Amino acid sequence: MAYSEKVIDHYNNPRNVGSFSKDAPGVGTGLVGAPECGDVMKLQIKVDLSTGIIEDAKFKTFGCGSAIASSSLATEWLKGKSIEEAMKIKNTDIVNELKLPPVKIHCSVLAEDAIKAALTDYREKWAKKETPAGSTAS
Amino acid sequence: MAFKSPIFMDSQSTTPVDPRVLDVMIPFFTEKFGHPASRNHSFGWEAEAAVDQARERVAKLIGARDPKEVVFTSGGTEAINLAIKGVAEMYREKGNHIVTTAIEQRAGLDACKRLERLGCSVTYVPVGPDGLVDVDEIRKAISDKTILLSVMFANNEIGTIQPIPEIGKLAKEKGIIFHCDATQAVGKIPVDVEAMGVDLLSCTAHLMYGPKGVGALYVRRKNPRVRLAPMIDGGGHERGMRSGTIPVPLVVGFGKAAEICREVMPEESARLKALRDRLQDMILSSLDEVYLNGHPERRLPHNLNISFAYVEGESVLMGLNKEVAISSGSACTSATLEPSYVIAALGVGSELAHSSIRFALHRFNTEEEVEYVGGRVIEVVTRLREMSPLYELAKEGVDIKSIQWKAG
Repeated sequence: MAYSEKVIDHYNNPRNVGSFSKDAPGVGTGLVGAPECGDVMKLQIKVDLSTGIIEDAKFKTFGCGSAIASSSLATEWLKGKSIEEAMKIKNTDIVNELKLPPVKIHCSVLAEDAIKAALTDYREKWAKKETPAGSTAS
Repeated sequence: MAFKSPIFMDSQSTTPVDPRVLDVMIPFFTEKFGHPASRNHSFGWEAEAAVDQARERVAKLIGARDPKEVVFTSGGTEAINLAIKGVAEMYREKGNHIVTTAIEQRAGLDACKRLERLGCSVTYVPVGPDGLVDVDEIRKAISDKTILLSVMFANNEIGTIQPIPEIGKLAKEKGIIFHCDATQAVGKIPVDVEAMGVDLLSCTAHLMYGPKGVGALYVRRKNPRVRLAPMIDGGGHERGMRSGTIPVPLVVGFGKAAEICREVMPEESARLKALRDRLQDMILSSLDEVYLNGHPERRLPHNLNISFAYVEGESVLMGLNKEVAISSGSACTSATLEPSYVIAALGVGSELAHSSIRFALHRFNTEEEVEYVGGRVIEVVTRLREMSPLYELAKEGVDIKSIQWKAG
């Protein structure tokens, strides 16, 4: 299978590889996927608590090149966004940007799940005023 | 670099045609183009003589007593299909049960699955953690309805060599036909249908430096005389078992490839084993948490299958694919999007199947290439582990199996 140039670029030069301490102020962590499925993504955001803006993001991914590229791209997009803006990132945006073939769409879905998980974790830890996720049925 | 890039180390998927093989094939495309079944002119005689010579060479390589026992097919897949389905149809009044293993290649498994839909019953005997099948397990699976044992000689992914002589003995004792898929073994390690008690044996040219598109099924003529229902009807070529014009250039190439393999086997297998062992030592001594898949000794001399824990196989290949051609048991590299059923059958867990890489050396690999590939693999795996959340967790002392993973 041929990879798109953008996937190759992210694979060769992944952006924002690394980790924040899980308990550091403003940090939200998402860990999604499963080793037996061949994909695990850890995605973290660090929010400036005074402005509510994501000032930094990091990832580590176990998975194929497209999974690495999807999470690398996600960290790039997260920086500078508010939580509300970050919530709007869709897997289809990642598919379009990286030109992922149909068999790799699940990589983008996993990246969206990782973003959502990190944002949820952030809210639970640092933005307690908001309604906890899953408490309403709407 | 003193070698050509990319370096090919995927010889269990296919091999390059040996230039000596190609040389003898070429005239049979142009001036010696006759049909071997044309009995009344020199074009036919010339083609027939060439096919006979090739048949003898293949027979000699596999220890067949009579060259007539070699039936040419389009390749290993067809030979395996003909063996399994041909026996099931021919002996259906005798029984309808087949015993095979869980790690046969797809052709064997899928032929069995089709027969199951047609009313046969099949026992898939499991293998141990080293990929070896237990002959007693085969014995236990046999019933009075069993008409065929079908066990591969050496596995295409992990290279494990099965106890073929013991299975041959069991088959003889029980009076059951024994088919052996030897596509990965013939031309690489000694194969002898007489000494090993094999009744049907599949092989293919393109895995032994011959052309793609030709293979053979050995069909025993004596003790017992094995009969097969043909899969392809037509002019009755190949003793009626495989109709269709014989592809003379391919068959001639197959014969030459067989002759060369027989001549160079002792030296070549020793050389490839030394190179393989060097590659294995380099990797195992430089990286932690790497696991050899298959049996440490009982395996093909050119095969090395390793799981690199915490990194996914396709991502390793992606880091190397400009320089090295190897393959992985990862789901992402398979047409079915499932991880390798062979590695999974070893009971090591799917995560190690996703992390498995197969190196398969061949006649034209050099020591320099092995050093280069070993070094690059170590670099790529090290880099990928630095970005692996699983490696990070493992280094923190977290048991990855204790985490409640939410499958994506």
